[in-house]
Amino acid sequence: MRWRSSLFLILTPLLTFAEQMPTINMTQGVTKVSRDIYDLHMTIFLICCVIGVIVFGAILYSIIHHRKSKGAVAADFHENATLEFAWTLIPFLILIVMAVPATRVLVSMRDASKPDVNIKVVGYQWKWQYEYLDQGISFFSSLATPLDQIHNKIKKNKDYLLDVDKPLVVPIHKKIRFLVTSNDVIHSWWMPAFGIKRDAIPGYIHEAWAVIEQPGMYYGRCAELCGADHGFMPVVVKAVTEVEYKKWIKSQHEAKKQSAAASNKKMTQDELMAEGKKAYDAHCASCHKATGEGMPPVFPALKNGLIVVGPADAQIKLVLNGVKGTAMQAFGAQLDDVTLAAIITYERNAWGNDNIGKKYKKMIQPSDIKAARSEGK
Amino acid sequence: MTEVSQEKTSMTRKWMVRLSIFAVAMFGFGYALVPIYDLMCKELGINGKTGGPVLAAKSTQVDKSRTITVQFLTTQNAKLGKHWEFYPKITSIEVHPGENKQVNFIAKNDTNAKMTVQAIPSVTPSLAAKYLKKTECFCFEQQTLTAHEKADMPLVFHVDRDIPKEYHTITLSYTLFNANKFAKDKKS
Amino acid sequence: MSDAVMDSHDHDHHHGPAHKGFKRWLFTTNHKDIGTMYLIFALVMLFVGGAFALVIRAELFMPGLQIVSPDYFNQMTTMHGLVMVFMVIMPAMTGLANWQIPLMIGAPDMALPRLNNWSFWILPIALALIGSTLFIDGPGPNFGWTFYAPLSTTYGPPSTDYMIFAIHLLGLSSIMGSINIIVTIFNLRAPGMTLMKMPIFVWTWLITAFLIIAVMPVLAGAVTMMLMDRHFGTAFFEAGGGGDPVMFQHIFWFFGHPEVYILILPAFGVISEVIPTFSSKKIFGYRFMVYATASIAILSFVVWAHHMFTTGIPLAAELFFMYTTMLIAVPTGIKVFNWVGTMWRGALRFEPPMLFAVAFVILFTIGGFSGLMLSIVPADYQYQDTYFVVAHFHYVLVPGALFGIMTAVYYWLPKWSGKMYSHKLANWHFWLTVISLNLTFFPMHFLGLAGMPRRIPDYALQFTNFNAVATVGAFMFGLSQLVFVWLIISTVRSGKPTTPEVWESSHGLEWTLPSPPPYHTFETPPHVE
Repeated sequence: MRWRSSLFLILTPLLTFAEQMPTINMTQGVTKVSRDIYDLHMTIFLICCVIGVIVFGAILYSIIHHRKSKGAVAADFHENATLEFAWTLIPFLILIVMAVPATRVLVSMRDASKPDVNIKVVGYQWKWQYEYLDQGISFFSSLATPLDQIHNKIKKNKDYLLDVDKPLVVPIHKKIRFLVTSNDVIHSWWMPAFGIKRDAIPGYIHEAWAVIEQPGMYYGRCAELCGADHGFMPVVVKAVTEVEYKKWIKSQHEAKKQSAAASNKKMTQDELMAEGKKAYDAHCASCHKATGEGMPPVFPALKNGLIVVGPADAQIKLVLNGVKGTAMQAFGAQLDDVTLAAIITYERNAWGNDNIGKKYKKMIQPSDIKAARSEGK
Repeated sequence: MTEVSQEKTSMTRKWMVRLSIFAVAMFGFGYALVPIYDLMCKELGINGKTGGPVLAAKSTQVDKSRTITVQFLTTQNAKLGKHWEFYPKITSIEVHPGENKQVNFIAKNDTNAKMTVQAIPSVTPSLAAKYLKKTECFCFEQQTLTAHEKADMPLVFHVDRDIPKEYHTITLSYTLFNANKFAKDKKS
Repeated sequence: MSDAVMDSHDHDHHHGPAHKGFKRWLFTTNHKDIGTMYLIFALVMLFVGGAFALVIRAELFMPGLQIVSPDYFNQMTTMHGLVMVFMVIMPAMTGLANWQIPLMIGAPDMALPRLNNWSFWILPIALALIGSTLFIDGPGPNFGWTFYAPLSTTYGPPSTDYMIFAIHLLGLSSIMGSINIIVTIFNLRAPGMTLMKMPIFVWTWLITAFLIIAVMPVLAGAVTMMLMDRHFGTAFFEAGGGGDPVMFQHIFWFFGHPEVYILILPAFGVISEVIPTFSSKKIFGYRFMVYATASIAILSFVVWAHHMFTTGIPLAAELFFMYTTMLIAVPTGIKVFNWVGTMWRGALRFEPPMLFAVAFVILFTIGGFSGLMLSIVPADYQYQDTYFVVAHFHYVLVPGALFGIMTAVYYWLPKWSGKMYSHKLANWHFWLTVISLNLTFFPMHFLGLAGMPRRIPDYALQFTNFNAVATVGAFMFGLSQLVFVWLIISTVRSGKPTTPEVWESSHGLEWTLPSPPPYHTFETPPHVE
């Protein structure tokens, strides 16, 4: 047992060092599973270190002491069956030692017991949709970082590329079941703090679960290459107490009612333009560019663009429904009436577009969007 | 190099032919992986695939001692476009193993054209997939809906009595895909 | 095909090339000429693929988008991967095989010289196909070198078809090359050269060639299915038509995992030649080395799903693939231990090939450790698709496969050219390369563990420092390789003439020939004791 305690003596400072430097090591996370994973990671890592010390030690010894320049004379052996069997067998035994805890953790991760909260997670190019199955709440969660920060025009925030406009809110100490799928290509929903990484595969559903032990904001990302903006679809989960969670659910139901009311509200040009610029940068600028110049021929320019300076109805319809066979998505399902009205108004007036095609309507109200939506049905 | 004997040349040719056949066979093996994979999926529940139609469960064999929650999820694929609606009439149901149930899904084609769609089922936990038996399902075939048509699509299923005790909740997810490209009836 | 066999020695009575100038290279069937062409092609492509990598690293130097758009960034990661795998490492290894296998087994040439010529000249055509995607309208392939469906099928740009045909050609080239190598080894060994007397390098290439013939056709099948899905209304990988995108990954990795051993096994062979020479000893445990190589090759067919642990495969499959993957550590361990055993109580001389070989053993082992960590499924949930994976495979491919090639060049270049290079320059190259490569790839372990996904053009601020270090390292690494090019050119032009043995205690048939060897060698097969 003495070797164990002395091993401990050496390893303890190493481990403490590793724990205090979160940016160079894996997170321990806030679930039992994520901690188990961390322990497993450290165990395997340390075993590798010990093997490394032995192997590299032997190489180093040989380099120092068996140099010809130091007068070393080559021995004549080139075979030793016992030795070779030993170093076939010993690694095999070490592997078994590694496989035991790995298997235990992996089996414990499979748990089909009844969940408390069911959340469907859908990957989109390039955002996430969350749907609370039992509460009828559903929303999109996309990158909150302004485009100007990405293009180095303004200073980057502390939460650069981490934050989203609307995080997923979940209660602590409850079993949350995530049902992961995709709307288009393969994405991967990764939340390091929970030890969850699940591929979102179009047509197929897979699940993962977590019981979160501490309230807080947790940050993750899409882990599977899913197209141009793969690096720009973070995952944010806000874990709260059960009381707060219930309050949040209630507020969501109320907000839904209010947003229906907002569609009937009249907005001023300034309101629309301000809201529109913000929303345009968040949802449109990755393809059509903040300057409205697009990236022809794939992403058409909106500056002096035929549709944008033409009849308003056509543009509303296009934004609502997308364009088949192109990257232009149907935003009708993703954005509310106020945001869409603001974006369209902004596009029709920004970059000098306000001076072209003056005979067409330049200001679009939320009620116009609402009307266009019901017309479509 | 006259030393290269006739025998060597013929051996060379023999090996070249053998290895070429091996390469071509491996190309074929690549394609053979497709049915092998499908078979493995059906047997092992890889990727939560469900099987084809089965006979309805006998009403005498309901296991009243257990209830299983079956959740229904729908997703619309991006290529379907925006003018579709697709949802289950109820989002979850409690069933006893062996009990036949019917659930209806609503699909509506709000485009101005006839479209063929295909619903793809997927079950999680994936190992529970083979215990979810479908007697009747709109997903067995492509569905063609005319412009602005709304369809009520039935699913009749039961959960097999042999389902292991560990499963309490099964999620049956349908993703609706645009299948115009794959339409069996090309005239549509 | 038959005249490829019959005409194998149409230069019978010449003592040099039949043609002069460009024609010599276009029509050559000489294994030395073809080997040289493969190696030069790979060297040029190393700089092309390296330039792509430097675009990636430059963009990642600081947070924010500075140089390229995200879409172009994705094209760079795709091209970097494809070029390095298919147009640098594989051709370079084939070049080494072409030069060395006939010399090492006492054969007059490759068994199928005309096929040999075709295998090489397909490469520039494939390069033209895939390279053109960067210049034609619309984006080039932008879905990573693994081209997962449906991103590469339903959502792929039109240029994907160019990539598909390029991969067909690259596959054809390497299959033809491998058939040639196997036939040569089976039929043209000198009398007395039994299989268990063959140099390890020849053994590793024999096994590699079988791997190539087994899996390149599967890749060809996968890309053909992609092509059919894209244009002919099939639905292999499209869920809406009854297919499954995850099946693409199964087929791809059924090819992909043996592929990584295709890249590394010949390097194992090179190291197994160099360490004995510079330790003044025979290789330790020859038989175990051969068996270990064969076991790695066999195991490589039953580990593929370890690339797919997060796709939701069933528990039983996860356990199976975890255990088989861990098992690969055993034969790989044997190799490392046997190299150390060869060095042990030898009389070591640290000339340039030995420096690279020792660095290979140490750094490849680090890559092996991270590989072992990645095999642990629960931990893999955190590592998968992060920079930890990037660090891992660059540690096995750069100080692994690439160092294997460099070791071979330092070892055999004096034989090929008849001239010795400047050891001083070689030492500079070695130290600059080793330092810069660790500077580039070691921080990536930390980045991955801290949560940075791979294939992203921009990152959160906490990843800034290590990315800056990696970028500095990458540019240093790139510049260091110019030393290598200069070394090769200056050696060929004005190196000091060397002896037939070149190295003290070099051992093998190639060292019995003059340096450089004449255009035709072993026209009368030597006899091996």
